[in-house]
Amino acid sequence: MTEILIAGLVMLVLLGTIGGVLTVLARRFAADEDSVIEQINAILPQTQCGQCDFPGCRPYAEAIAEGRADINQCPPGGEAGVRALADLLGREPKPLDTRHGEHKAPRVAVIDEDRCIGCKLCIQACPVDAIVGAPKLMHTVIADECTGCDLCLPPCPVDCIDMVPRRQPFIWPLAIGEQDADAEHAPAGAATEANTADA
Amino acid sequence: MNPTLAGAPHLPPVNTVAGIMRQVLYALVPGMLAHVWFFGPGILVQIALAIVFALGFEALMLRLRGRALQPFLSDYSAVVTAVLFALCIPPLSPWWISFVGMLSAIVLAKHLYGGLGYNLFNPAMVGFAVVIIGWPLELSQWLAPRSLSTGLPGLVETLQAIFTGHLPAARFDAITQATPLDALRTGVAENRLVTEIRSSPIFGDFGGLGWEWIANFYALGGLWLVYRRVISWHVPVAVLATIVLVSTPMWLLGPDTNPSPPQHVFSGALVIAAFFIATDPVSGCSTMKGRLIFGAGVAILTLAIRRFGAYPDGVAFAVLLMNAAAPLIDRLTRPRTYGH
Amino acid sequence: MPSMHPLALQPKRIPLMLEVGRQLYRFPGGLRLRHHKQVACQDPLARLPLPERLYLPLVQHQGPAGELQVAAGDRVRRGQPLTRARNDCEVPIHAPAAGRIEAIRPWPVSWPPGTRADCLVLVSDANGEAMPATTLPDWMDAAPERIVEHLRDGGLAGLGGAMFPTAAKLRGDWAAPEIHTLILNGSECEPYIACDEMLMRNRPEAIVRGGMILARALGAENIVIAIEDPMSAVREALEAAAKTVDPSGHCLIAQVSKIYPEGGERQLIQVLTGAEVPHDGLPQDLGLACLNVGTAAAAHDIVIEGRPLSERIVTVSGPAIAKPRNVLAPLGAPIRELIAFAGGPIKAIDRLVLGGPMSGIPLADDSIPIVKGSNCILALGADDTRREQPVMPCINCGECVRVCPASLLPQTLYQAIRGEDHDQARELNVFDCIECGCCAHVCPSHIPLVDYYRHEKGVLRARGIEDARAEQARRRFEAREQRLAEREAERQRKREQREQRLKAREAAKSEVEAAVARARARSGAGDDGAAS
Repeated sequence: MTEILIAGLVMLVLLGTIGGVLTVLARRFAADEDSVIEQINAILPQTQCGQCDFPGCRPYAEAIAEGRADINQCPPGGEAGVRALADLLGREPKPLDTRHGEHKAPRVAVIDEDRCIGCKLCIQACPVDAIVGAPKLMHTVIADECTGCDLCLPPCPVDCIDMVPRRQPFIWPLAIGEQDADAEHAPAGAATEANTADA
Repeated sequence: MNPTLAGAPHLPPVNTVAGIMRQVLYALVPGMLAHVWFFGPGILVQIALAIVFALGFEALMLRLRGRALQPFLSDYSAVVTAVLFALCIPPLSPWWISFVGMLSAIVLAKHLYGGLGYNLFNPAMVGFAVVIIGWPLELSQWLAPRSLSTGLPGLVETLQAIFTGHLPAARFDAITQATPLDALRTGVAENRLVTEIRSSPIFGDFGGLGWEWIANFYALGGLWLVYRRVISWHVPVAVLATIVLVSTPMWLLGPDTNPSPPQHVFSGALVIAAFFIATDPVSGCSTMKGRLIFGAGVAILTLAIRRFGAYPDGVAFAVLLMNAAAPLIDRLTRPRTYGH
Repeated sequence: MPSMHPLALQPKRIPLMLEVGRQLYRFPGGLRLRHHKQVACQDPLARLPLPERLYLPLVQHQGPAGELQVAAGDRVRRGQPLTRARNDCEVPIHAPAAGRIEAIRPWPVSWPPGTRADCLVLVSDANGEAMPATTLPDWMDAAPERIVEHLRDGGLAGLGGAMFPTAAKLRGDWAAPEIHTLILNGSECEPYIACDEMLMRNRPEAIVRGGMILARALGAENIVIAIEDPMSAVREALEAAAKTVDPSGHCLIAQVSKIYPEGGERQLIQVLTGAEVPHDGLPQDLGLACLNVGTAAAAHDIVIEGRPLSERIVTVSGPAIAKPRNVLAPLGAPIRELIAFAGGPIKAIDRLVLGGPMSGIPLADDSIPIVKGSNCILALGADDTRREQPVMPCINCGECVRVCPASLLPQTLYQAIRGEDHDQARELNVFDCIECGCCAHVCPSHIPLVDYYRHEKGVLRARGIEDARAEQARRRFEAREQRLAEREAERQRKREQREQRLKAREAAKSEVEAAVARARARSGAGDDGAAS
């Protein structure tokens, strides 16, 4: 009987000590909110498109950190972005919420300079100052700075802005198809990449 | 002209998985024949049985996992597993030993881990471990080698023994006996001297009578595999060298209780393990340094199990334990990349 | 207690002076392959008949295109520069023949596979006139900068295959150690390719003299020409040339073994010096520069003969070629013409390769033109190449580990890439893969390992670009937010000021009014008083 009591006591003391140490450690090394926001913001694609219903990526990051928004509201980040956020926050990944939009290939805005009337409305709309121009003069897009957020489209009174696919660096295709007897272990995106390269 | 757009290299490949497995099988033939010579045709029946079961389970599992039967059924990997398993069990074991062994090897150890290339443990050794833990009695029923017996069972008697479990004549019962390793282990446990135990007729020049010759033929096949570069020299050299290096001082210090290094090498499954089992690529190490460590680990664990363990031969468990350590060893023995 | 040795603080100590080529070392891994070189060297070097049309890609080097100097419809003379280099990263191209620029339009090119790029289409005229030669006769006394500029304007880019702008390499990195030895790489280790062997047999003096020009431009004292083991005739020719051209004896011929990929720059340096180029560095960190022998001969032609780089030797070989041979071809010549000149195909060409069979680029089309780095056209039939075999799972056999010359773990890397574990792939040093193809060649599971590494490098590079872009966007967004906030604050401040001013005026006004009222009240009272 005494042995059982001693064993129980030892267990209790052990559990108490370990629990206490863990609690202290968790408090001591808890991720402070600012660094969590920074980490979330680092995952977000910085398109600043507002499709998540927040005025930019950082506000969305703050909303996620404070629990005001879900992790699947960023179409430009796509499923990969949702996965990365789920990884970071230790949550279950979920499919992209398509109410906020579909994931599209990266694009840039191009202004048809013949039609542009120089109204400056798009310049005000651009979240990253990627459009330059002066009143009554033609505007143009700095392609390297454009995030493809589409925010310049609605204000344009003459519809002179087009979104075109951004030039992507060449990536050697992986030809994984029925040739691969081990296809079930293949990366998910590989087959489609190979197909687009053939086309 | 419409040339294909495929990446380099453009030369035809020099190796195939099936080719490697086939060469392993060829290399096992000399040892197999020696086995038949010393212990009768039982082993051939066991091999055939194990192959049938292995391919059956392989096909079943491929079907269940929704994979095409080809090319996996003809890659010979299941056949190699079956043959290695069969070579480790007594020639007159009942048929269901093979059944259970292959069930564990192919279904449990191989396909539940993801099939060819993804198994963490050596399938043949998992199968062997399961049957030796489950049916130790059946797995200790060895025949005496040729020169000690009044005659080996023929094919009909063998089949009868395997499928009905009964030997037709009483004379075989009398000679169904322990292996030299068993004898040694029980002898040492009874405080008898090694030299005294070794005076039993079941011992030969180094190891067990007959066994040592089978080991020689396994080694021959293994050397051929090394020459053909099917296996690298690292694992067998590490296993054999470590056995000798570790057992020599033990033997010199206590020759009465410790068997000599050659006895260790030529008993049990050590040689076949060094060349054919520990060299299994999937469950072993892939860096060269890692293979040396892997082999040394197998040898040390084998010696430890032989000396302190509950089983006469620890090769199977040693290999399985090292399998579990292999990913870690690989990680710790990453070679330094050029320029780093 | 003695303090730490000062040198121990330095991350890596690089020997100031390496012995190059006096003693040979081994590199890890590699393969002994069947050479198939003699087959292309039986016939003497012959000049390709001038094709009717040449297709000159504007970019024939690693870097951006030069500034275009001609327009469609222009007549050009042989050797006339068609583009101009504005800096060392650009390399001009020159007209290989006189003729007329028909158009500038997209045309199939070799890289990226299956794509098109802007090419100048030159309708050639065999009787057209040539540009006057601009030589640099006093190169022995000229300043290195002058030689570098002359070579750059002569259109020199690495002829070994990578097409690195030679001028940029000659100029070097000012922060890195000075270059003491120039290695001329003549060890073509890949099967079938024999253009450098042909060049070394035919023009050893041009190579040695070109090497001296390049060494002068680099400020290097020594030249080591590395050739492969079986080339004894080449060695004799080069030694004789070295004796006549450079009697001072700074030129050493080193014969290396023929293990593939010994001709890779980093492997060759390892073999010649025993040292390794740092993974994030250049040969210059060891005081070395490595150039192809063909580049040396081209430098000779530019400086001594005044001929810009507009033609090169190309090996046309492979089991599907009737009469494999080396061809002296103008740049821009379609591959089709070279194959026809080598007797045409004797069987259906299943695989057309630019470069060698181990690392060459597959070509989609035989109208692709040859460029400065095109060393070999390899035509393989269906039975000479990889059959359509299923890719099996990796069985961890470790053959790839054994043959990898960079000491990578190809199979672990493969698993990381398949698992899309990009950080792991980077940690396993995927960028140190030289894409030699040894691992894929020995793989029993027929896994296209090199494709995986190329893919992963592309993915990682794209991710790097994407991350940089996101970072930039983030900064610009934040700057804008801040600007807007500041403007808003400014506006707010102004509004407050205005309001205050208004209030002050109100207050003043009301004060005045009050005063007036008071005064009026007082005077009213007085008036009243006076009146009353």
